[in-house]
Amino acid sequence: MQIYLPIAEISVNIYLLLGIGGLVGVLSGMFGVGGGFLITPLLFFVGIPPAVAVATSANQIVASSVSALMGHIKRRGVDFAMGWVLLIGGIIGSAVGVQVFNILKQLGQVDLLVNLCYVIFLGIVGGLMMIESLRALMRSKRSGAPKRRRHNWVHNLPFKIKFRVSGLYISVIPPLMVGVAVGILAAIMGVGGGFIMVPAMIYLLGMPTKVVIGTSLFQITFVAAFTTMMHAITNQTVDIILALLLLIGGVIGAQVGAQIGMRLKAEQLRILLASLVLLVCIKLGLDLLIKPAELYSIGVLQ
Amino acid sequence: MIRLLAFLLTLIPAIAAADEKIVLGLSQDEVSITASFTGSEILIFGAISRDEPPPQTTELGVIIAVAGPNVPVEVRQKDRVAGIWVNTDSAAIDIAPSFYAIASSAPLTDVLLPLEDLHNAISWGRVVRAVGQDAFAINEYTEAYMRIKQNSDLFQLLEGAVAIEGDTLFHTAIQLPSNLTEGDYKTRIFLTRDGHIIDSFQTEIPVYKVGIERWLYNLSQNQAALYGLLSLLIAAVAGWAASAAFAILRR
Repeated sequence: MQIYLPIAEISVNIYLLLGIGGLVGVLSGMFGVGGGFLITPLLFFVGIPPAVAVATSANQIVASSVSALMGHIKRRGVDFAMGWVLLIGGIIGSAVGVQVFNILKQLGQVDLLVNLCYVIFLGIVGGLMMIESLRALMRSKRSGAPKRRRHNWVHNLPFKIKFRVSGLYISVIPPLMVGVAVGILAAIMGVGGGFIMVPAMIYLLGMPTKVVIGTSLFQITFVAAFTTMMHAITNQTVDIILALLLLIGGVIGAQVGAQIGMRLKAEQLRILLASLVLLVCIKLGLDLLIKPAELYSIGVLQ
Repeated sequence: MIRLLAFLLTLIPAIAAADEKIVLGLSQDEVSITASFTGSEILIFGAISRDEPPPQTTELGVIIAVAGPNVPVEVRQKDRVAGIWVNTDSAAIDIAPSFYAIASSAPLTDVLLPLEDLHNAISWGRVVRAVGQDAFAINEYTEAYMRIKQNSDLFQLLEGAVAIEGDTLFHTAIQLPSNLTEGDYKTRIFLTRDGHIIDSFQTEIPVYKVGIERWLYNLSQNQAALYGLLSLLIAAVAGWAASAAFAILRR
Protein backbone atom coordinates (compact mmCIF):
# COMPACT_ATOMS: atom_id res chain seq x y z
CA MET A 1 0.00 0.00 0.00
CA GLN A 2 1.41 3.35 -1.07
CA ILE A 3 1.16 6.68 0.74
CA TYR A 4 2.04 10.16 -0.50
CA LEU A 5 4.29 12.12 1.87
CA PRO A 6 3.37 15.83 1.84
CA ILE A 7 6.81 17.30 2.62
CA ALA A 8 9.06 14.72 0.98
CA GLU A 9 6.72 14.94 -2.06
CA ILE A 10 7.06 11.29 -2.93
CA SER A 11 4.88 8.20 -2.75
CA VAL A 12 6.30 5.33 -0.64
CA ASN A 13 5.14 1.89 0.53
CA ILE A 14 3.64 2.08 4.06
CA TYR A 15 4.90 -1.34 5.20
CA LEU A 16 8.44 -0.53 4.13
CA LEU A 17 8.42 2.57 6.36
CA LEU A 18 6.87 0.64 9.28
CA GLY A 19 9.59 -1.99 8.85
CA ILE A 20 12.43 0.54 8.86
CA GLY A 21 10.95 2.19 11.97
CA GLY A 22 10.61 -1.18 13.72
CA LEU A 23 14.15 -2.28 12.94
CA VAL A 24 15.67 0.95 14.18
CA GLY A 25 13.39 0.89 17.24
CA VAL A 26 14.69 -2.56 18.27
CA LEU A 27 18.29 -1.33 18.01
CA SER A 28 17.41 1.81 19.91
CA GLY A 29 15.96 -0.14 22.81
CA MET A 30 18.80 -2.66 22.86
CA PHE A 31 21.76 -0.32 22.72
CA GLY A 32 20.48 3.05 23.86
CA VAL A 33 21.42 4.64 20.58
CA GLY A 34 18.88 6.80 18.77
CA GLY A 35 19.52 4.95 15.54
CA GLY A 36 19.94 8.13 13.50
CA PHE A 37 23.13 6.83 11.92
CA LEU A 38 21.12 3.90 10.59
CA ILE A 39 17.71 5.39 9.77
CA THR A 40 19.02 8.32 7.72
CA PRO A 41 20.92 6.17 5.19
CA LEU A 42 17.93 3.78 5.02
CA LEU A 43 15.62 6.67 4.14
CA PHE A 44 18.03 7.86 1.44
CA PHE A 45 17.84 4.36 0.02
CA VAL A 46 14.02 4.50 -0.15
CA GLY A 47 14.29 7.74 -2.13
CA ILE A 48 13.44 10.34 0.51
CA PRO A 49 15.27 13.63 -0.21
CA PRO A 50 18.34 13.90 2.13
CA ALA A 51 17.21 17.12 3.87
CA VAL A 52 13.81 15.59 4.72
CA ALA A 53 15.40 12.29 5.79
CA VAL A 54 17.77 14.00 8.25
CA ALA A 55 15.09 16.25 9.78
CA THR A 56 12.40 13.58 10.02
CA SER A 57 14.67 10.96 11.55
CA ALA A 58 15.38 13.44 14.36
CA ASN A 59 11.64 13.52 15.06
CA GLN A 60 11.38 9.72 14.92
CA ILE A 61 14.33 9.44 17.33
CA VAL A 62 12.36 11.51 19.88
CA ALA A 63 9.54 8.97 19.80
CA SER A 64 11.63 5.81 20.04
CA SER A 65 13.90 7.35 22.69
CA VAL A 66 10.91 8.37 24.84
CA SER A 67 9.48 4.88 24.50
CA ALA A 68 12.75 3.20 25.49
CA LEU A 69 13.50 5.81 28.17
CA MET A 70 10.23 5.07 30.02
CA GLY A 71 11.27 1.45 30.33
CA HIS A 72 14.68 2.38 31.67
CA ILE A 73 13.25 4.89 34.17
CA LYS A 74 11.02 2.17 35.62
CA ARG A 75 14.04 -0.09 36.06
CA ARG A 76 16.00 2.80 37.63
CA GLY A 77 18.42 2.70 34.75
CA VAL A 78 18.73 6.47 34.39
CA ASP A 79 21.24 8.69 36.19
CA PHE A 80 19.35 11.99 36.02
CA ALA A 81 22.18 14.08 37.51
CA MET A 82 24.54 12.80 34.83
CA GLY A 83 21.80 13.17 32.22
CA TRP A 84 21.30 16.87 32.95
CA VAL A 85 25.04 17.59 32.82
CA LEU A 86 25.30 15.79 29.47
CA LEU A 87 22.21 17.59 28.19
CA ILE A 88 23.53 21.06 29.05
CA GLY A 89 26.73 20.19 27.22
CA GLY A 90 24.72 18.74 24.35
CA ILE A 91 22.66 21.88 23.77
CA ILE A 92 25.79 24.07 23.82
CA GLY A 93 27.50 21.69 21.40
CA SER A 94 24.46 21.53 19.14
CA ALA A 95 24.31 25.32 18.83
CA VAL A 96 28.05 25.41 17.99
CA GLY A 97 27.61 22.50 15.55
CA VAL A 98 24.86 24.26 13.62
CA GLN A 99 27.19 27.23 13.09
CA VAL A 100 29.98 24.91 11.91
CA PHE A 101 27.52 23.20 9.57
CA ASN A 102 26.51 26.53 8.02
CA ILE A 103 30.14 27.53 7.47
CA LEU A 104 30.81 24.20 5.74
CA LYS A 105 27.68 24.70 3.64
CA GLN A 106 28.99 28.01 2.37
CA LEU A 107 32.29 26.36 1.45
CA GLY A 108 30.41 23.64 -0.46
CA GLN A 109 31.38 19.99 0.05
CA VAL A 110 29.19 19.59 3.11
CA ASP A 111 28.07 16.14 1.91
CA LEU A 112 31.64 14.95 1.70
CA LEU A 113 32.54 16.24 5.16
CA VAL A 114 29.44 14.66 6.69
CA ASN A 115 30.33 11.37 5.03
CA LEU A 116 33.95 11.55 6.15
CA CYS A 117 32.79 12.35 9.70
CA TYR A 118 30.62 9.23 9.63
CA VAL A 119 33.36 6.95 8.33
CA ILE A 120 36.02 8.26 10.73
CA PHE A 121 33.89 8.33 13.87
CA LEU A 122 32.01 5.11 13.23
CA GLY A 123 35.33 3.45 12.39
CA ILE A 124 37.17 4.61 15.51
CA VAL A 125 34.28 4.02 17.92
CA GLY A 126 33.29 0.67 16.39
CA GLY A 127 36.88 -0.56 16.24
CA LEU A 128 37.79 0.41 19.80
CA MET A 129 34.58 -1.00 21.19
CA MET A 130 35.04 -4.27 19.34
CA ILE A 131 38.62 -4.77 20.57
CA GLU A 132 37.75 -3.88 24.15
CA SER A 133 34.65 -6.06 24.25
CA LEU A 134 36.43 -9.06 22.79
CA ARG A 135 39.17 -8.68 25.39
CA ALA A 136 36.62 -8.37 28.19
CA LEU A 137 34.79 -11.43 26.93
CA MET A 138 37.98 -13.49 26.87
CA ARG A 139 38.93 -12.29 30.36
CA SER A 140 35.55 -13.22 31.78
CA LYS A 141 35.86 -16.66 30.24
CA ARG A 142 39.29 -17.27 31.76
CA SER A 143 38.46 -16.04 35.25
CA GLY A 144 35.12 -15.12 36.70
CA ALA A 145 36.60 -12.34 38.87
CA PRO A 146 35.34 -8.88 37.83
CA LYS A 147 38.05 -6.31 37.16
CA ARG A 148 38.19 -3.21 39.36
CA ARG A 149 37.76 0.07 37.42
CA ARG A 150 41.04 1.93 37.15
CA HIS A 151 41.40 5.54 38.16
CA ASN A 152 42.55 7.74 35.30
CA TRP A 153 43.08 11.47 34.68
CA VAL A 154 39.32 11.98 34.67
CA HIS A 155 39.22 11.46 38.41
CA ASN A 156 41.77 14.16 39.22
CA LEU A 157 39.81 17.23 38.03
CA PRO A 158 38.07 19.84 40.22
CA PHE A 159 34.28 20.51 40.66
CA LYS A 160 33.55 16.99 41.81
CA ILE A 161 29.93 15.88 42.05
CA LYS A 162 28.45 12.69 43.42
CA PHE A 163 26.54 10.79 40.71
CA ARG A 164 24.67 8.46 43.03
CA VAL A 165 23.00 6.16 40.48
CA SER A 166 26.27 5.61 38.61
CA GLY A 167 28.20 5.21 41.84
CA LEU A 168 30.69 7.84 40.73
CA TYR A 169 32.30 10.81 42.44
CA ILE A 170 33.93 12.75 39.60
CA SER A 171 34.35 16.26 38.24
CA VAL A 172 31.52 17.70 36.12
CA ILE A 173 34.03 18.80 33.45
CA PRO A 174 34.46 15.45 31.64
CA PRO A 175 30.70 14.71 31.27
CA LEU A 176 30.09 18.31 30.21
CA MET A 177 32.84 18.00 27.57
CA VAL A 178 31.40 14.69 26.37
CA GLY A 179 28.02 16.42 26.02
CA VAL A 180 29.48 19.32 24.03
CA ALA A 181 31.46 17.03 21.71
CA VAL A 182 28.43 14.83 21.08
CA GLY A 183 26.26 17.92 20.49
CA ILE A 184 28.65 19.28 17.85
CA LEU A 185 28.86 15.97 16.03
CA ALA A 186 25.11 15.43 16.33
CA ALA A 187 24.38 18.72 14.59
CA ILE A 188 26.92 18.13 11.82
CA MET A 189 26.04 14.49 11.20
CA GLY A 190 22.31 14.81 11.82
CA VAL A 191 22.19 12.06 14.44
CA GLY A 192 21.42 11.80 18.16
CA GLY A 193 25.03 10.89 18.92
CA GLY A 194 24.34 7.85 21.11
CA PHE A 195 26.90 5.72 19.30
CA ILE A 196 29.61 8.14 20.43
CA MET A 197 28.18 8.93 23.85
CA VAL A 198 27.65 5.33 24.98
CA PRO A 199 31.32 4.33 24.57
CA ALA A 200 32.47 7.69 26.02
CA MET A 201 30.38 7.09 29.13
CA ILE A 202 31.65 3.54 29.55
CA TYR A 203 35.33 4.04 28.82
CA LEU A 204 35.96 7.69 29.66
CA LEU A 205 33.62 8.26 32.59
CA GLY A 206 33.61 4.68 33.81
CA MET A 207 29.83 4.44 34.24
CA PRO A 208 28.21 1.01 34.67
CA THR A 209 26.70 -0.25 31.38
CA LYS A 210 23.20 -0.75 32.82
CA VAL A 211 22.92 2.98 33.66
CA VAL A 212 24.69 4.19 30.52
CA ILE A 213 21.89 3.24 28.13
CA GLY A 214 19.06 4.92 30.03
CA THR A 215 21.10 8.05 30.67
CA SER A 216 22.16 8.27 27.06
CA LEU A 217 18.51 7.94 25.98
CA PHE A 218 17.57 10.76 28.35
CA GLN A 219 20.09 13.09 26.70
CA ILE A 220 19.22 11.95 23.15
CA THR A 221 15.50 12.58 23.65
CA PHE A 222 16.05 16.25 24.37
CA VAL A 223 18.82 16.86 21.84
CA ALA A 224 16.70 15.21 19.10
CA ALA A 225 13.70 17.35 20.10
CA PHE A 226 15.88 20.46 19.87
CA THR A 227 17.15 19.37 16.44
CA THR A 228 13.61 18.66 15.20
CA MET A 229 12.50 22.18 16.13
CA MET A 230 15.57 23.72 14.47
CA HIS A 231 14.87 21.84 11.22
CA ALA A 232 11.13 22.55 11.30
CA ILE A 233 11.67 26.28 11.76
CA THR A 234 14.67 26.92 9.51
CA ASN A 235 14.22 24.42 6.66
CA GLN A 236 10.60 23.18 6.87
CA THR A 237 11.86 19.67 6.14
CA VAL A 238 10.15 17.63 8.89
CA ASP A 239 7.62 15.30 7.26
CA ILE A 240 5.01 14.56 9.91
CA ILE A 241 3.38 11.69 7.99
CA LEU A 242 6.74 10.02 7.39
CA ALA A 243 7.65 10.52 11.06
CA LEU A 244 4.33 9.04 12.18
CA LEU A 245 4.81 5.88 10.12
CA LEU A 246 8.41 5.47 11.27
CA LEU A 247 7.54 5.99 14.91
CA ILE A 248 4.65 3.53 14.96
CA GLY A 249 7.20 0.87 14.04
CA GLY A 250 9.83 2.55 16.19
CA VAL A 251 8.06 2.74 19.54
CA ILE A 252 7.00 -0.90 19.38
CA GLY A 253 10.47 -1.94 18.28
CA ALA A 254 12.06 0.03 21.12
CA GLN A 255 10.06 -1.90 23.71
CA VAL A 256 11.02 -5.21 22.17
CA GLY A 257 14.64 -4.06 21.97
CA ALA A 258 14.71 -3.04 25.65
CA GLN A 259 13.51 -6.55 26.60
CA ILE A 260 16.19 -8.21 24.48
CA GLY A 261 18.82 -5.85 25.94
CA MET A 262 17.98 -6.85 29.51
CA ARG A 263 18.54 -10.54 28.68
CA LEU A 264 21.95 -10.13 27.04
CA LYS A 265 25.28 -9.74 28.83
CA ALA A 266 26.94 -6.32 28.72
CA GLU A 267 29.87 -7.65 26.69
CA GLN A 268 27.64 -9.34 24.14
CA LEU A 269 25.63 -6.12 23.82
CA ARG A 270 28.80 -4.14 23.16
CA ILE A 271 30.09 -6.59 20.56
CA LEU A 272 26.77 -6.44 18.72
CA LEU A 273 26.71 -2.64 18.75
CA ALA A 274 30.36 -2.54 17.62
CA SER A 275 29.62 -4.87 14.68
CA LEU A 276 26.67 -2.75 13.65
CA VAL A 277 28.66 0.48 13.81
CA LEU A 278 31.51 -1.07 11.80
CA LEU A 279 29.09 -2.40 9.20
CA VAL A 280 27.61 1.05 8.54
CA CYS A 281 31.14 2.50 8.53
CA ILE A 282 32.30 0.02 5.86
CA LYS A 283 29.21 0.67 3.73
CA LEU A 284 29.71 4.45 3.81
CA GLY A 285 33.44 4.09 3.22
CA LEU A 286 32.88 1.96 0.14
CA ASP A 287 30.44 4.56 -1.23
CA LEU A 288 33.27 7.08 -1.15
CA LEU A 289 35.80 4.73 -2.75
CA ILE A 290 33.81 2.94 -5.45
CA LYS A 291 33.14 4.83 -8.66
CA PRO A 292 29.47 5.85 -8.66
CA ALA A 293 27.28 4.70 -11.58
CA GLU A 294 26.16 8.29 -12.19
CA LEU A 295 28.86 10.92 -11.81
CA TYR A 296 26.39 13.78 -11.93
CA SER A 297 23.75 14.77 -9.41
CA ILE A 298 21.03 17.42 -9.32
CA GLY A 299 20.94 19.84 -6.41
CA VAL A 300 18.75 22.77 -5.49
CA LEU A 301 20.28 26.09 -6.52
CA GLN A 302 21.06 28.17 -3.42
CA MET B 1 5.37 33.06 -65.80
CA ILE B 2 6.04 29.36 -65.34
CA ARG B 3 8.07 30.21 -62.29
CA LEU B 4 5.24 32.18 -60.79
CA LEU B 5 2.82 29.34 -61.50
CA ALA B 6 5.15 26.85 -59.87
CA PHE B 7 5.44 29.15 -56.87
CA LEU B 8 1.66 29.44 -56.59
CA LEU B 9 1.31 25.68 -56.83
CA THR B 10 3.63 25.16 -53.90
CA LEU B 11 1.58 27.67 -51.97
CA ILE B 12 -1.69 25.81 -52.34
CA PRO B 13 -1.08 22.98 -49.87
CA ALA B 14 0.32 25.51 -47.41
CA ILE B 15 -2.86 27.56 -47.58
CA ALA B 16 -5.03 24.50 -47.37
CA ALA B 17 -3.01 23.23 -44.43
CA ALA B 18 -3.42 26.52 -42.59
CA ASP B 19 -7.14 25.81 -42.41
CA GLU B 20 -6.56 22.81 -40.17
CA LYS B 21 -7.24 23.57 -36.52
CA ILE B 22 -6.85 21.63 -33.26
CA VAL B 23 -9.85 20.91 -31.07
CA LEU B 24 -8.71 19.52 -27.73
CA GLY B 25 -10.02 17.42 -24.89
CA LEU B 26 -8.44 16.26 -21.63
CA SER B 27 -9.46 13.31 -19.46
CA GLN B 28 -9.03 15.53 -16.39
CA ASP B 29 -8.74 19.27 -15.90
CA GLU B 30 -6.51 18.98 -12.85
CA VAL B 31 -4.38 16.50 -10.93
CA SER B 32 -5.06 16.34 -7.19
CA ILE B 33 -2.30 14.98 -4.98
CA THR B 34 -4.01 13.10 -2.14
CA ALA B 35 -2.57 10.81 0.54
CA SER B 36 -3.05 7.81 -1.75
CA PHE B 37 -1.54 9.53 -4.80
CA THR B 38 0.72 7.16 -6.72
CA GLY B 39 0.96 9.07 -9.95
CA SER B 40 -1.65 9.80 -12.57
CA GLU B 41 -2.41 9.13 -16.19
CA ILE B 42 -3.66 12.00 -18.29
CA LEU B 43 -5.50 11.19 -21.46
CA ILE B 44 -5.08 13.90 -24.07
CA PHE B 45 -7.33 13.62 -27.09
CA GLY B 46 -8.52 15.90 -29.84
CA ALA B 47 -9.64 16.35 -33.37
CA ILE B 48 -8.40 18.28 -36.36
CA SER B 49 -11.16 20.45 -37.75
CA ARG B 50 -11.00 21.46 -41.40
CA ASP B 51 -13.31 22.85 -44.06
CA GLU B 52 -11.88 20.82 -46.92
CA PRO B 53 -10.75 17.22 -47.29
CA PRO B 54 -7.24 16.71 -45.85
CA PRO B 55 -4.37 17.30 -48.28
CA GLN B 56 -2.80 14.05 -49.46
CA THR B 57 0.54 15.44 -50.60
CA THR B 58 2.00 16.31 -47.21
CA GLU B 59 2.53 14.26 -44.09
CA LEU B 60 0.44 15.08 -41.00
CA GLY B 61 2.09 15.09 -37.58
CA VAL B 62 0.90 15.69 -34.02
CA ILE B 63 3.25 16.54 -31.15
CA ILE B 64 2.10 16.83 -27.54
CA ALA B 65 4.42 18.29 -24.91
CA VAL B 66 3.64 18.46 -21.17
CA ALA B 67 6.00 20.54 -19.03
CA GLY B 68 6.11 20.89 -15.25
CA PRO B 69 7.10 24.15 -13.54
CA ASN B 70 10.64 25.43 -14.04
CA VAL B 71 12.98 24.91 -11.11
CA PRO B 72 16.49 26.39 -11.24
CA VAL B 73 18.96 23.68 -10.29
CA GLU B 74 22.63 23.00 -9.90
CA VAL B 75 24.13 19.95 -11.58
CA ARG B 76 27.20 18.68 -9.78
CA GLN B 77 29.91 16.48 -11.16
CA LYS B 78 31.93 13.99 -9.13
CA ASP B 79 35.58 13.26 -9.68
CA ARG B 80 38.19 11.16 -7.92
CA VAL B 81 40.35 13.20 -5.57
CA ALA B 82 42.95 11.39 -3.45
CA GLY B 83 41.13 8.10 -3.92
CA ILE B 84 37.64 9.21 -2.97
CA TRP B 85 34.77 10.45 -5.11
CA VAL B 86 33.81 14.05 -4.41
CA ASN B 87 31.84 16.81 -6.12
CA THR B 88 34.47 18.80 -7.97
CA ASP B 89 32.50 20.88 -10.44
CA SER B 90 29.01 22.23 -10.89
CA ALA B 91 26.93 24.23 -13.34
CA ALA B 92 23.71 26.15 -12.84
CA ILE B 93 20.78 25.30 -15.10
CA ASP B 94 18.49 28.30 -15.02
CA ILE B 95 15.59 27.15 -17.14
CA ALA B 96 14.65 23.51 -16.81
CA PRO B 97 11.21 21.97 -16.41
CA SER B 98 10.93 19.66 -13.40
CA PHE B 99 8.89 17.32 -15.60
CA TYR B 100 8.80 17.06 -19.37
CA ALA B 101 7.06 14.57 -21.62
CA ILE B 102 6.85 14.68 -25.41
CA ALA B 103 4.56 12.37 -27.33
CA SER B 104 4.50 12.42 -31.12
CA SER B 105 2.74 10.59 -33.90
CA ALA B 106 6.06 9.56 -35.53
CA PRO B 107 9.80 9.92 -34.73
CA LEU B 108 10.29 13.53 -33.69
CA THR B 109 12.76 14.32 -36.50
CA ASP B 110 10.13 13.23 -39.05
CA VAL B 111 7.34 15.47 -37.78
CA LEU B 112 9.36 18.49 -36.65
CA LEU B 113 11.90 20.58 -38.57
CA PRO B 114 14.94 21.75 -36.54
CA LEU B 115 14.06 25.40 -37.24
CA GLU B 116 10.55 24.96 -35.84
CA ASP B 117 12.04 23.22 -32.81
CA LEU B 118 14.36 26.17 -32.29
CA HIS B 119 11.51 28.69 -32.43
CA ASN B 120 9.08 26.77 -30.28
CA ALA B 121 11.47 24.96 -27.90
CA ILE B 122 9.92 21.51 -28.13
CA SER B 123 12.65 18.85 -27.92
CA TRP B 124 14.45 18.05 -24.62
CA GLY B 125 17.61 19.85 -25.60
CA ARG B 126 15.67 23.00 -26.41
CA VAL B 127 13.69 23.22 -23.16
CA VAL B 128 16.65 22.70 -20.87
CA ARG B 129 18.80 25.79 -21.01
CA ALA B 130 21.68 27.16 -19.04
CA VAL B 131 21.84 30.90 -19.38
CA GLY B 132 24.88 33.17 -19.38
CA GLN B 133 27.65 30.59 -19.22
CA ASP B 134 30.00 28.78 -21.52
CA ALA B 135 27.50 26.88 -23.64
CA PHE B 136 30.09 24.38 -24.81
CA ALA B 137 31.18 23.23 -21.35
CA ILE B 138 27.64 23.26 -20.05
CA ASN B 139 26.40 20.79 -22.64
CA GLU B 140 27.45 17.73 -20.65
CA TYR B 141 25.66 19.11 -17.58
CA THR B 142 22.36 19.62 -19.39
CA GLU B 143 22.75 16.13 -20.83
CA ALA B 144 23.35 14.75 -17.35
CA TYR B 145 20.25 16.60 -16.14
CA MET B 146 18.12 15.02 -18.83
CA ARG B 147 19.62 11.57 -18.21
CA ILE B 148 18.95 11.69 -14.46
CA LYS B 149 15.42 12.99 -15.04
CA GLN B 150 14.76 10.28 -17.61
CA ASN B 151 15.88 7.56 -15.20
CA SER B 152 13.23 8.70 -12.69
CA ASP B 153 10.53 8.94 -15.41
CA LEU B 154 10.40 12.71 -15.07
CA PHE B 155 11.59 13.17 -18.65
CA GLN B 156 9.81 11.10 -21.26
CA LEU B 157 10.16 10.79 -25.00
CA LEU B 158 7.19 8.91 -26.42
CA GLU B 159 7.77 8.82 -30.16
CA GLY B 160 4.86 7.23 -31.97
CA ALA B 161 2.67 7.34 -28.86
CA VAL B 162 0.15 9.71 -30.45
CA ALA B 163 -2.35 7.70 -32.45
CA ILE B 164 -4.01 9.45 -35.40
CA GLU B 165 -7.21 7.95 -36.71
CA GLY B 166 -8.57 8.76 -40.13
CA ASP B 167 -6.38 11.86 -40.40
CA THR B 168 -8.77 13.59 -37.97
CA LEU B 169 -8.80 12.16 -34.45
CA PHE B 170 -5.72 11.86 -32.26
CA HIS B 171 -5.11 10.71 -28.71
CA THR B 172 -2.31 9.83 -26.31
CA ALA B 173 -1.80 9.00 -22.64
CA ILE B 174 0.88 10.62 -20.49
CA GLN B 175 1.94 8.93 -17.27
CA LEU B 176 2.73 11.30 -14.41
CA PRO B 177 4.93 9.71 -11.71
CA SER B 178 4.28 10.31 -7.98
CA ASN B 179 7.31 12.54 -7.33
CA LEU B 180 5.87 15.59 -9.07
CA THR B 181 6.62 19.21 -8.37
CA GLU B 182 3.45 21.18 -7.65
CA GLY B 183 2.41 23.79 -10.19
CA ASP B 184 0.65 24.40 -13.47
CA TYR B 185 1.68 21.88 -16.10
CA LYS B 186 1.88 23.63 -19.44
CA THR B 187 0.47 21.38 -22.14
CA ARG B 188 1.16 22.22 -25.78
CA ILE B 189 -0.16 20.49 -28.86
CA PHE B 190 1.39 21.11 -32.27
CA LEU B 191 -0.06 20.14 -35.60
CA THR B 192 2.56 19.78 -38.32
CA ARG B 193 2.64 19.20 -42.07
CA ASP B 194 5.97 17.93 -43.37
CA GLY B 195 7.58 19.20 -40.20
CA HIS B 196 6.13 22.71 -40.46
CA ILE B 197 3.92 23.78 -37.56
CA ILE B 198 0.54 24.81 -38.94
CA ASP B 199 -1.40 25.11 -35.72
CA SER B 200 -0.77 24.93 -32.01
CA PHE B 201 -2.88 24.84 -28.91
CA GLN B 202 -1.90 25.52 -25.31
CA THR B 203 -3.55 24.75 -22.01
CA GLU B 204 -2.55 24.24 -18.39
CA ILE B 205 -3.16 21.28 -16.12
CA PRO B 206 -2.93 22.33 -12.45
CA VAL B 207 -1.17 19.76 -10.26
CA TYR B 208 -1.69 20.52 -6.55
CA LYS B 209 -1.93 18.82 -3.19
CA VAL B 210 -5.40 18.64 -1.66
CA GLY B 211 -6.95 17.75 1.70
CA ILE B 212 -4.68 16.81 4.60
CA GLU B 213 -1.61 16.89 2.37
CA ARG B 214 -2.35 20.52 1.49
CA TRP B 215 -3.12 21.41 5.11
CA LEU B 216 0.06 19.87 6.51
CA TYR B 217 2.22 21.40 3.81
CA ASN B 218 0.79 24.87 4.42
CA LEU B 219 1.16 24.49 8.18
CA SER B 220 4.83 23.49 7.82
CA GLN B 221 5.49 26.54 5.66
CA ASN B 222 3.40 29.20 7.41
CA GLN B 223 3.48 28.11 11.05
CA ALA B 224 6.77 26.28 11.29
CA ALA B 225 7.09 26.49 15.09
CA LEU B 226 3.58 25.15 15.63
CA TYR B 227 4.21 22.39 13.11
CA GLY B 228 7.47 21.47 14.87
CA LEU B 229 5.75 21.34 18.26
CA LEU B 230 2.94 19.24 16.77
CA SER B 231 5.43 16.69 15.43
CA LEU B 232 7.21 16.58 18.81
CA LEU B 233 3.91 16.14 20.64
CA ILE B 234 2.94 13.24 18.38
CA ALA B 235 6.38 11.68 18.90
CA ALA B 236 6.31 12.04 22.68
CA VAL B 237 2.73 10.76 23.02
CA ALA B 238 3.41 7.79 20.74
CA GLY B 239 6.56 6.92 22.67
CA TRP B 240 4.81 7.17 26.03
CA ALA B 241 1.74 5.25 24.81
CA ALA B 242 3.84 2.36 23.49
CA SER B 243 5.74 2.18 26.77
CA ALA B 244 2.53 2.23 28.81
CA ALA B 245 0.89 -0.38 26.58
CA PHE B 246 3.85 -2.73 26.96
CA ALA B 247 3.88 -2.22 30.72
CA ILE B 248 0.23 -3.36 30.82
CA LEU B 249 0.96 -6.30 28.54
CA ARG B 250 3.75 -7.51 30.80
CA ARG B 251 1.53 -7.49 33.87
